[in-house]
Amino acid sequence: MPKSQNAKTMIVAKGLRKVYGDFVAVDGIDFEVKQGEAFGLLGPNGAGKSTTMRMIASTSMRSGGELEILGKDPNKNGPEIRAHLGVVPQQDNLDRELKVWENLYIYGRYFGLSRKFMKDKIEELIEFAQLGEKRNAKTEELSGGMKRRLTIARALVNEPDILMLDEPTTGLDPQARHVLWDRLFRLKEQGVTLVITTHYMDEAEQLCDRLVVMDKGRIMAEGSPADLIKQYSSKEVLEVRFGSSANKNVAKQIEGLGDRTEVLPDRILIYSENGEKILERIVKLGLHPLTSLVRRSSLEDVFLRLTGRTLVD
Amino acid sequence: MDVELRTQRGMRYGAWYVAEYRIRQMSKWLGAIISVSFGNPIIYLLAVGIGVGSLVDSNTGGNGIYGVSYITFLAPALLATAAIQAAMDETSFPTLEGFVWNKSFYGMNSTQLTAGQIVDGIMIAAFVRAFLTSAAYLVVLWAFGAVTIAAMPFLFLVASFAGMSFGALMLAATSFVKEDDGFFAIVARFIVAPMFLFSGTFYPLEQMPLFLQWIGWISPLWHSTNFARSISFGLEVPGWLMIVHAAFLIISLVVGMIIARKQFASRLLK
Repeated sequence: MPKSQNAKTMIVAKGLRKVYGDFVAVDGIDFEVKQGEAFGLLGPNGAGKSTTMRMIASTSMRSGGELEILGKDPNKNGPEIRAHLGVVPQQDNLDRELKVWENLYIYGRYFGLSRKFMKDKIEELIEFAQLGEKRNAKTEELSGGMKRRLTIARALVNEPDILMLDEPTTGLDPQARHVLWDRLFRLKEQGVTLVITTHYMDEAEQLCDRLVVMDKGRIMAEGSPADLIKQYSSKEVLEVRFGSSANKNVAKQIEGLGDRTEVLPDRILIYSENGEKILERIVKLGLHPLTSLVRRSSLEDVFLRLTGRTLVD
Repeated sequence: MDVELRTQRGMRYGAWYVAEYRIRQMSKWLGAIISVSFGNPIIYLLAVGIGVGSLVDSNTGGNGIYGVSYITFLAPALLATAAIQAAMDETSFPTLEGFVWNKSFYGMNSTQLTAGQIVDGIMIAAFVRAFLTSAAYLVVLWAFGAVTIAAMPFLFLVASFAGMSFGALMLAATSFVKEDDGFFAIVARFIVAPMFLFSGTFYPLEQMPLFLQWIGWISPLWHSTNFARSISFGLEVPGWLMIVHAAFLIISLVVGMIIARKQFASRLLK
């Protein structure tokens, strides 16, 4: 998608802060999002992602710093900005008693869309959400994946300039996640600007052109998934398990073998350019791991490197 | 559709879109709403109006209360109670639903709708419901001979307005509820029931012991009932008291809405 230098800037945050009483939820972050970009906020629960999202969605007043959405200040022009956003909240808030099509209709009305316009729009969105057979079903009869797709379709009713998705696939089974990713890919292809929060590294890798890694209200790193992996991790990772009681002692013996070693409660991670080679050397030392696995580095490793913690506790 | 046009339209008519949603949701319960609207008055009028009424009327030597039959005395109070109950249903349940049960207010607030528009929209829908309930009730009252046709339009207005006043207060109160732990049970037992029993509904307020009369004075039901009795059968109410009644209802409505708007905004724009 157009990510040229002269693409329109949709969101600008400078020193953005949000404080609840004594608690600093977002602690001075800077980022920009350009038109057509898929921008991700990656971090564990409580990192400040959702708070950042709410401030962008213009439903939470910032405590400090600057924030500009579509050239406007959300603290002053909330409704005008929201007229151009599509928001998919973490928790579906569909109306359970209304039918699938009615949920779309009502939401369109909130945006001031005419009944005539909504007539065609509803059919278009039902098709996009692959809910043709459920058109007249009450939403309480839908599966989790279907509800999610309907919530996304609902967020598209006003043809938003920015679509915001807060943890879009949390709680869905793998198949439902892939269906959803496919839908989001289509939107990306159409040039919709996406802002996504997730604590799933695979989701961030799949969907985001660029992302920021957040922890404790701060941005730890920024870049494309590939760049971040290159910068903060090695090409491959060897995971070995010696049993939870032995891991710590063994770690001392094999410490210098790779570029870097991380000891987790259940396994040891050894970062290097060639995992198989490291494994051979471990075996030569006379050590025999219970299980071993060589894999590519992922954003999970980037996060571990940056924070010393795993993403999903 | 033109983006500027719809943005302006949405900002101007937002409250009506919320009302449209509420009415659509109400229509899912239309059968229940209609049967309650007609069934409720019929049961009350048969049991209390005629049943208790014949006892009262015979014991007062045919003079009834304030010189009218018991059912005529009772009618304005029952009407206002029904309107209040209807408006309460449409302000309290949707508010708890919107903030707690399925968080639909947060969804609304993600669009260009504002907290104030959501409050207004709920009030509009509650007004529609209070209107319909009052109309149905009046038809039944008229069929029982409890009201005259001439008094009906005024009674209708007073009852609907009483519904809105109490509805606004309930909306304000519900907007503070964080969890649904028996809120409605508390309201029904400790607010609605005493108000219904001690607002001069079944006998004049001045016949109650003095230490209970204050309930009437802070009750929208008594203010509207006394006002309506003056219209319905010419109960003599001094001018200043009529003004107090009207002022009480208006102030309740305004104060309720101001508090609700503030609380909605602070909950939605955290």
